[in-house]
Amino acid sequence: MAIRVQTAAFDPGQELNALHAANLGIGAVVGFVGYVRDFNEGREVAGMLLEHYPGMTEKALAKIEVEARERWPLLGVEILHRVGPLQPGEPIVFVGTTSAHRQAAFAACDFIMDYLKTRAPFWKKEGTNEGACWVEGRDSDQQAAQRWE
Amino acid sequence: MLQIQYFARYREALGQDAEQLPWTPELASLEDLRQQLLSRGGVWQVLAEQNLMCARNQELCGLSEPLLDGDEVAFFPTVTGG
Repeated sequence: MAIRVQTAAFDPGQELNALHAANLGIGAVVGFVGYVRDFNEGREVAGMLLEHYPGMTEKALAKIEVEARERWPLLGVEILHRVGPLQPGEPIVFVGTTSAHRQAAFAACDFIMDYLKTRAPFWKKEGTNEGACWVEGRDSDQQAAQRWE
Repeated sequence: MLQIQYFARYREALGQDAEQLPWTPELASLEDLRQQLLSRGGVWQVLAEQNLMCARNQELCGLSEPLLDGDEVAFFPTVTGG
């Protein structure tokens, strides 16, 4: 499955290996893993809750995959995002791209993350030593996404 | 009928995650709907935020997006996944 939204933990190494095993014409596999940090904006983070918009989330991610495949000659794409409660140190997101040569896989992985961060309906609520608070969107993420327009 | 959904900080501020409202021809766009919701006053002012995002039928759109009977609409703060 190319798009997965799940509460269960995952093993990034297993995901990378599965991407390669799918096609021996693959010469390059690029993977990005995003993790929950234990510190953000000067506050200790004890845990996180990830909310999403069921139905739209899957459609938004599928649309980003389609756009990536239109831009680069990719042999495979996987986008895996967790929702629900998460602990510091746990992986939140995995994006894997495969291609015959490295440039397409690198660029597509970068692109998918930039679009995911600005167009997929996920929201993080951090539990911190100062109480729970919603993470605010960052201008730098918007600017990163604009690079591809 | 319109199905309206609220997420994350907006859901908490409004004290509800969804509601249904009858569609009328005056609700020609998402902006018209937003103005109607803002006219409720109080906590609904959260929908006046500059960085509000919205979706129609589960696709991101702008506030000028046309609205039709039967649509699913969502209002939410800037997304922060990844």
